[in-house]
Amino acid sequence: MRIMGQIAMVMNLDKCIGCHTCSVTCKQTWTNRPGVEYVWWQNVETRPGQGYPRRYEDQDRWRGGWTLTRKGKLQLRSGGRLHKLLSIFTEPVMPSIQDYYEPWTYDYENLTNAPLSDDVPVAPPRSLISDEPTKIHWSANWDDDLAGDPAPDPVLAKVSEQVRLAFEEAFMFYLPRICEHCLNPSCVASCPSGALYKREEDGIVLVDQDRCRGWRMCVTGCPYKKVYFNHKTGKAEKCTFCFPRVEVGLPTVCSETCVGRLRYLGVLLYDADRVSEAASVADERDLYEAQLDVFVDPEDPAAETAGLPSDWLEAARSSPVYDLIKKYRIALPLHPEYRTLPMVWYVPPLSPVVDALAGTGHDGEDAVNLFAAIEALRIPVGYLAELFTAGDPAPVTAALRRLAAMRSYMRAVNLGEQPVLPDTGLSEEELRDMYRLLALARYEERYVIPTAYGNPPGVVEEAGCSLDYDAGPGMLSPFGEASGRPVPVSIENFHSLKDRQTGDEVTHDRINLLNWDGRGTPAGLFPPKRRRA
Amino acid sequence: MTWGESMLWVVGPYVTIMVFVGGLIWRYRYDRFGWTTRSSELYESPLLRVASPLFHYALLVVIVWHVIGLLIPMRWTDAIGVSDEAYHVNALVWGGLAGLGTLVGLALLIYRRRTHGPVFLATTANDKTMYAVLAAAIVSGVVTTAAGFVPSEANYRTTVAPWFRGVLMLQPDAAAMGHASGLYKVHTLIGMALVVLFPFSRLVHALSAPLGYLFRPYIVYRRRAR
Repeated sequence: MRIMGQIAMVMNLDKCIGCHTCSVTCKQTWTNRPGVEYVWWQNVETRPGQGYPRRYEDQDRWRGGWTLTRKGKLQLRSGGRLHKLLSIFTEPVMPSIQDYYEPWTYDYENLTNAPLSDDVPVAPPRSLISDEPTKIHWSANWDDDLAGDPAPDPVLAKVSEQVRLAFEEAFMFYLPRICEHCLNPSCVASCPSGALYKREEDGIVLVDQDRCRGWRMCVTGCPYKKVYFNHKTGKAEKCTFCFPRVEVGLPTVCSETCVGRLRYLGVLLYDADRVSEAASVADERDLYEAQLDVFVDPEDPAAETAGLPSDWLEAARSSPVYDLIKKYRIALPLHPEYRTLPMVWYVPPLSPVVDALAGTGHDGEDAVNLFAAIEALRIPVGYLAELFTAGDPAPVTAALRRLAAMRSYMRAVNLGEQPVLPDTGLSEEELRDMYRLLALARYEERYVIPTAYGNPPGVVEEAGCSLDYDAGPGMLSPFGEASGRPVPVSIENFHSLKDRQTGDEVTHDRINLLNWDGRGTPAGLFPPKRRRA
Repeated sequence: MTWGESMLWVVGPYVTIMVFVGGLIWRYRYDRFGWTTRSSELYESPLLRVASPLFHYALLVVIVWHVIGLLIPMRWTDAIGVSDEAYHVNALVWGGLAGLGTLVGLALLIYRRRTHGPVFLATTANDKTMYAVLAAAIVSGVVTTAAGFVPSEANYRTTVAPWFRGVLMLQPDAAAMGHASGLYKVHTLIGMALVVLFPFSRLVHALSAPLGYLFRPYIVYRRRAR
């Protein structure tokens, strides 16, 4: 038994309104650079829908995740080690830029420079890949709110034809996605250079940018398609779980800015020695239970002697994520059948069922009605089961019943009626705690994050002494701007501030910031470079 | 042989080796982040899928033949009873085929790079220089191989190879190199230029062949230094 801790996430899908605030703040924080224009570490998908990149869940085509060999051994779906090395000169099943979308900007200059005419000038779109004028016909959230055709959804294809039609008429929900920071990450296993790694302390999966050689096998290896290729630097990039924030006890940017307050962050303890055993159970439908078994109860005496920091153990004991996943069993993993043991779980949405009931004139908050509807409305359960439990409806039904029980019980309490406790395996106290966590969702209860070793809580700074690096500032690399070591932000800020305060030149060149795509250094944007001694 | 030429075949190789080794150390120390080929597969895949494996696999065969041809002395092959004719035919046929494969692969890759806008946009001056020297090395190599169709006394096994082994044993035999034909000399010089360029271009990716992948555990864990 080797107990490790991980900061895991749970999202309550009932509360997601599909506003994309998480995606936008994530992009502004992490992927607003050239080379990753098309990249959304965090994106929100409307289900049913194709997703981003298009149809990424179709593993027959994209070959992500793991499969079992005939002998029952885990193997990457994209092939064994030797096979991967022999095909290293191209990555045959990597999605092209068209499968994500071709990023663009607008030619805003045309608004002011267009010659006088009867028509109002427009800002025509321009591709950020080819620099040519382009037509926008697809993007990361093109089928928002069922705007596109949901028919190509690979999950929908698994649900039967009759169910599909009814589903398209009645249901829709949002699915925010980030990297799953899996216990058995297939991207890490795919990397020939060993540049991807999982941190022992908090389970965050990262790409070592200095060791990555750009073979792109991780892009194929990840079944969630959450490792991206930066086409400027030639390196893989992925969600970092905002580790600089998490290390000092702050929630990730997507969690912090979520207006629906639907994200929960907390410690999960797991037994690292049992990970591959759990990932290789024979029946896909047993993967959910197998992963639950890998998690270690923080009250277990074994956790005490595992050598974890005391604040981590304390955080594990008050972890909202542990409660939602293991105690109440209302959170489920996304696509456990990929056998990566994902660590971002979801509370399935009950709202589609409530809405359908209310639409028929029934009382949508009544437990008896709701229970009957969960059974009768096979459609959402079937679809949700394909998403969260490899097609097994039982855990989805159980989770929805608990949510329904909480709704009707708390309604009775709030109306001053005598509450009836429905039989869902939860006590009255547990229902009330669950309500507190899900409905009130207070900040300190949603995010229980211990700081990393030696970090004071709440201070976000670059790690280490920022002057402690090799090449001095202002040194231009001969291999282009993406080469060499990045100048620490604090150093860059220090020098630009100093230059601005002490410089006597006033710039007369003007640049239209709206047209600047972040590449190069246009004249007039920065103060002139002075040669340093 | 002039004084200048003997200097070329004595001093030249050592300067090349020094730049190669020193350059690699410098690049590894200061530009580990830039140590990649900046793949353009995201922009264009169908052509690359054919051209890149063709080029690389053919190139691997070419490299193996260079090693065999340059490092194994004639008397060793004589000793195991390989006749000159058999050796010559083998080298010509297999070396020639691999050389042609490399040439076709490179032509396709350069065509792709030139005609696909995004790929061309991502091509730096450094890349263009490297492509020019690489293409020159391969073309001159194929021409030299074809010119060696008729066996002669002054073939590379008695001229370039002894000189090359001499360089490695710190006893460069400039006179042997002097007897080589002009084609061999040109090809050798271009080859030296390519080696000089190696540490400073995208060619460095060849040294990252991830053979360790075959032997490491699938999942990599790392712990913060305390």
